[in-house]
Amino acid sequence: MVLLTLLAIITLAIIRQRSLFAVVILAGIYSFLIASVLIVLDAVDVAMTEASVGAGVSTVILLATLHLTKTTTISPVRLRPLALFVSVITGAVLIWGTLVLPPFGTADAVIHKHVVPRYIEGTIPETGVPNIVTSVLADYRGFDTLGETTVIFTAGIGVMLLLRGARRKPSPEGEDESA
Amino acid sequence: MSFDLILRVGTKFILPFILLFALYVQFHGDFGPGGGFQAGVIVAGMVILLAITFGLDAAQRIAPQWLVQRLVPLGVIIYAGTGVAGLVLGKNYLDYSVLSHDSVHGHELGIFLVELGVLITVSGTMVALFYAFVERGR
Repeated sequence: MVLLTLLAIITLAIIRQRSLFAVVILAGIYSFLIASVLIVLDAVDVAMTEASVGAGVSTVILLATLHLTKTTTISPVRLRPLALFVSVITGAVLIWGTLVLPPFGTADAVIHKHVVPRYIEGTIPETGVPNIVTSVLADYRGFDTLGETTVIFTAGIGVMLLLRGARRKPSPEGEDESA
Repeated sequence: MSFDLILRVGTKFILPFILLFALYVQFHGDFGPGGGFQAGVIVAGMVILLAITFGLDAAQRIAPQWLVQRLVPLGVIIYAGTGVAGLVLGKNYLDYSVLSHDSVHGHELGIFLVELGVLITVSGTMVALFYAFVERGR
């Protein structure tokens, strides 16, 4: 509850904040809080990923973007009634959707009855890996993880091409870029 | 770049431990929390910290641009190659049981190789992205 309150405070601070540098740092804090929430929920693997990717690398990348684009502040946005209306309705629908979810930690929820018992029983005799998260991620759901790795690969290649391609443009006009 | 003694000495002290922790997260991922994604990001974080503190050239001495850019596809190749190995040895794609004489051993080996592929691609991509951003800003 404390963590969720802090999350709400950070979110409000991000909305109110006009300095982009502060927003990036607050977003990093937000990621750390989310990681703490995930630890409370016993999802340590996801928490680790959130802390390292969300709070670590993406903060650095966002700071680098700020440095590249030379923007430091955003102009205040005026309140748009339609956008506010759509956001409130969407949020209400999402909250309404959570009402029919089973309570947290219910053992006989639908999601725990389909393939999960098979994974829990099969992990040690079939894969010899005690961490079920790892065995599901890399073995039972190996295809999904291959897809995720390919997504990272593709995204990385895409960003590199974007940043390089734009840099090469000035060279015909006699810039000092050689390659 | 300003010369910040405390930052530099502190970074020097902490760098090997970051790398060690990344390796722990990678290879202990079978038993505790962790795995290729997390370890890859931690390795990348080490290189990025080095680049922030000591400048881009120092970072590119231990992780040169050409190496980092080749790591990005290499990890995917290792991952997909592990799958193809299962195919060649007469089972389904990504079926690890044929990788060793014993099915459980094969699975352990397969998970190890796959996580290694994830580590290489993730760390390579993160560092390459950081290099791309920094070089653009020069």
